Order: sequence, then structure tokens, then C-alpha cells
Amino acid sequence: MIQGKVFKFGDDIDTDVIIPATYLNTFDEKELAKHCMEYTNPEFYSQVKVGDIMVAGRNFGCGSSREHAPIAIKGCGVPVVIAKSFARIFYRNAINIGLYIIECPQAVDGIEQGDEVSVDVNTGVITNITKHTTFQGQAFPQFIQNIIECGGLINAIKQNKL
Amino acid sequence: MKLTMTGQILARKLGLSEEQATAQLQSGSLTLVQVDTALSNDVTAPVAIDVFNKSGCSLCNPDCVTFVMDHFTPNRDIKTAELCKTVREFSHEHGVNNFFDVGEMGIEHALLPEKGIAKPWNVIIGADSHTCTYGALGAFSTGVGSTDIAAIMMSGKVWLKIPSAIKFKLVGKPSEDISGKDIILHIIGLIGVDGALYKSIEFDGEGVQYLTMDDRFTICNMAIECGAKNGIFPVDDLTNEYTMESCGMTFDKLSCGDDDAYEQVITIDLSAIRPTVSFPHLPSNTRVVEEVQEQIKVDQVVIGSCTNGRLSDLRAAAKVLEGRHVAAAVRTIIIPGTNKIYLEALKAGYIETFIKGGCVVSTPTCGPCLGGHMGILASGEVAVTTTNRNFIGRMGAKDSYIYLASPATAMATAIAGKLTSAKQLED
Repeated sequence: MIQGKVFKFGDDIDTDVIIPATYLNTFDEKELAKHCMEYTNPEFYSQVKVGDIMVAGRNFGCGSSREHAPIAIKGCGVPVVIAKSFARIFYRNAINIGLYIIECPQAVDGIEQGDEVSVDVNTGVITNITKHTTFQGQAFPQFIQNIIECGGLINAIKQNKL
Repeated sequence: MKLTMTGQILARKLGLSEEQATAQLQSGSLTLVQVDTALSNDVTAPVAIDVFNKSGCSLCNPDCVTFVMDHFTPNRDIKTAELCKTVREFSHEHGVNNFFDVGEMGIEHALLPEKGIAKPWNVIIGADSHTCTYGALGAFSTGVGSTDIAAIMMSGKVWLKIPSAIKFKLVGKPSEDISGKDIILHIIGLIGVDGALYKSIEFDGEGVQYLTMDDRFTICNMAIECGAKNGIFPVDDLTNEYTMESCGMTFDKLSCGDDDAYEQVITIDLSAIRPTVSFPHLPSNTRVVEEVQEQIKVDQVVIGSCTNGRLSDLRAAAKVLEGRHVAAAVRTIIIPGTNKIYLEALKAGYIETFIKGGCVVSTPTCGPCLGGHMGILASGEVAVTTTNRNFIGRMGAKDSYIYLASPATAMATAIAGKLTSAKQLED
């Protein structure tokens, strides 16, 4: 079970906003984390704590294929992103590196900045502890659950589980 | 034909008949597909190599792997030099022949078709979002992340969700001043930045015959900017003319499926499209240049990138500039996509036109498009550029402003010092 404070963002948060390209000269997660959301939310890195949750609108992670974007988010200690929808490359990058993502438009509308939220990644159930509401996020298809259960794509291939 | 073009390519790869594929390749289902080419660059390859090395596995097929050092090259700083060194050493150690370094490299999505590496009917997977460019050749090509590339290096295969598709029926003949860039910006403006999320966008109709290969590359290149998994054109006589030159081969024709193979069919009248520009900060924020009333003064113009750094793009820009000079206040940066394009532009006299007209001509690099180097914007500055994204801070300062346009519009703007179409400049 994951539980943390919510940092909320809008629609079409692109990978240049998540991690500006000028910092792509490294793939160290701690280094990348320092610049996560720097241009639009400069206080994010100093305020976010391990276990906190990102919540966003439509098309989260649109733009470039840089895996540095989910790595930077993971580097901040954020274990899960809830959004109305994810851009497709970000979606697969997150799965492949073991950052949990959940699509749930109702939860996004029912959660505000600063709310305390818990997420059961096995069932997809999202609970807004502050507002006493629960939401059912979309579960992953079996194929993708296999990847996650193996601990990511590379392990799934090594264990011949794809 | 009951299959989309994407479906036909995947069916052939999986050895399925049309009937089998219709039953088995339902959109939304997940499958493993053998990959012809796995591409990555100096930003994404080092991550893939790190993941691959840690896996302890051997390289499945060195000929399937292509590395292009194009984003921060010639290297910007010590860290980016180290990244390129990692890829260079890995290539030598593992016998990766398709390693393109400074001198031989170009912007990856201009280079792979030119070298004959990207071919029709291929499955091309790249750790770069603009890998969708090769759909212009009738290939299935899409962007992924670095771990996916490491997985292909280990297994030769990629996991894919079978996409649903939108068919764009192109009708009418575009005006002479309209390029592929105006067409794709118009389409993105129409459907939005997530209008084709997870889907294929496929192009069909009589209008296709009026589009050059360079137009098709530009259109497929920006498929990702409306969220699409891939963009794809038919394989026709023009495609085969191109591949005869790039790899000395011709390929089976590929045509769109029936309308009912598609989730949606949208008709686009090419004759009605006018020069189009995307305002900050989304590619979907489009307007017709000639309808913009306010004055948009510019500090910088960039003509290049994987979207618009090809020979016909440089030709269009040189034609507008011929006999003129760019405005004194506009830094105008021209970036040919590859060395071959550079040389052809030199022979055709375009480079001389650019330099005499007050532009600077750069080595091939992605450079300023992603705010890497070679033309970073300062706070408050405005750029009109032929690149593909106008997100916040994409080309430099977080409070700079990017307008996306065609090469002709970008050069007309450089000359006028404010957003202007080539036709407005003539008038």
C-alpha cells in the first residue's frame, strides 16, 4: 500500500517540463530528480517527500521518449502517478522501469493538491483519506501485470515470462 | 482488405494470413514482434547500454542495432562527450556497424532513410519519439524508451499493443506554397495533441500523389505530436523510386484497408490548407499565418531538425531568401539534416544564398530543437522554427516563446523580422 501527500498538475504535462533536455547529460536518478518540474514548479523538488503522489490530467508525459522523465520522478521518491491518461511512450517507460501508473479520471477530479491519498497497486483502488472517498483505477492487462510482477521488462525477458 | 496498413505489416511479421490477422490482431491486444532495426541516440543509447550490460545477456543481433550520435554533437560539454564515448566503445566491442559518429552522422530520422536502413514493410523501433518518421516509407515505426531498446538488444523483439487507427483521406491538390509541415500542423490543430493517443494515423486518397517523399517524412515525423503511435503512408511508385536510390531495392505495394478497418475516417482537403503556424506552447495551438493580426516580432529563426532539415526544406527556404537579406535583429540558423543534404545544398547554391543572406549554417545536429546547444533562447525571446515542439522551455529559457512553421514561412519571417508567410512577403 502506498500513502502520501498529493502534488497536482494539469493536462498535457510534457517530458520537457518533467525534465528539461539540457539536463539529459546524465541518467543518474538523484541528479535528474533535482530538476524535476523545475521550469513550471520550481519548489517541487524541495517540497516533495518520499512516498508522495503525483496526480495529473490528460496526456501526462507527452513529447519525447526520454526514460529520464519517469526516472526523475522515481528519483524524487514518488512511487505512483495517477492521471486521466498517459502519453504512450511514457506509459511503457514507466512500466518498464517499475514506476506505478494508474489511469483514473474520476480520482483526478476528486483529488486536490495537498490531499492525503492511498493507492493499492494490486487492486487499483485509490482512497482519498482527506475527503473520505474511494475510486477504482484501471487494472493492467495480464501481459503487463506479468512484466510488473517480474520486476520490470528486463527481468521478464530473463525469466522467459513474456 | 480488412487490415489497416499497420495491421498488414504486423501480420506479415507474425506470419499471419489476412483472415488470421483479422481474428488475432484485435486492437488493444498485446503481442511480441521481431524488430528489423532498433535505433537509439547519444541521449537514449547510454541508458539502454547500461540496462543491457547489467542484464548480463549477450547481444542478440548486432546488425539490428543502430546508434546515431546527433543530439548533443559535436559534443557540448564533458558529460555529453562521455555519453558518446560509452556508445562508441560499446559499438566497437560488440561489432555494431551501424554506429554513426561525427563526420558520418546526421539527424537520425533524416539519416536512416537516406542510408537505406529504414525500409518499407520494416518494423523499426527507436528510443526517440520521432522514430515515427519512417512511416513515410510504408514502415511500421514507433518511439519507445531506452529499456525497450535494451530488451530488443537481448531478445530481438518488442512488446506492442495493437493500435486502432484513424484514416486521413487526402483530397485535392495543395497550393504551391504549401508543404508537408503546413498539412501536419493543420491536422494536429484539428484533432489536438492527444487526438490520436495510442492510435495509428494512416494516409490515403488521391492527395497522396501530390506529396513528395520529404513531405511524407515531415507529416509522419509529427504523428507523435497528436499522440499517435505511428503515422504511415502507402508504398507506391514514389516510395520505390526513393528506395532504389537508398538501398537499390523495390518493395511490394502497400495500400490502406477498407474504411471499416478504421475507428474513424477524416477527409482533409489539401487545396484548402494555407500556411499554418503553431503558437506557444502546444503544437495544436495552430493558426493560419495570413490571419494573424498581431505583430509577432522574432529574435531567432531555426530551419532544420528531423522534421524539416531535408533538401527540399533548404530549397524552399533558399528560394524565399534569394536576392534578399534576413532582418538585422534575427539570428537565422540553418541546419542541414545530414552531410549528404549539406553537400547537395552546397552544390545547388543554397548554402551560398544562406550565407550571403545573413544566415549561419551549422553542422547536422538536433541542437537547438531540444534546447541542447547551437541556438538557445534567452528569457523573453521569440523564435519561429521548423522544429516539432513548442513546449515551455523546449529551446531554452522557461519564458521564451516558440512558434512552429514551414521552412518557407520561417525564412519569410527571418527576412521581415516578424511572423510572415512567403506570399505576404511577396505582396
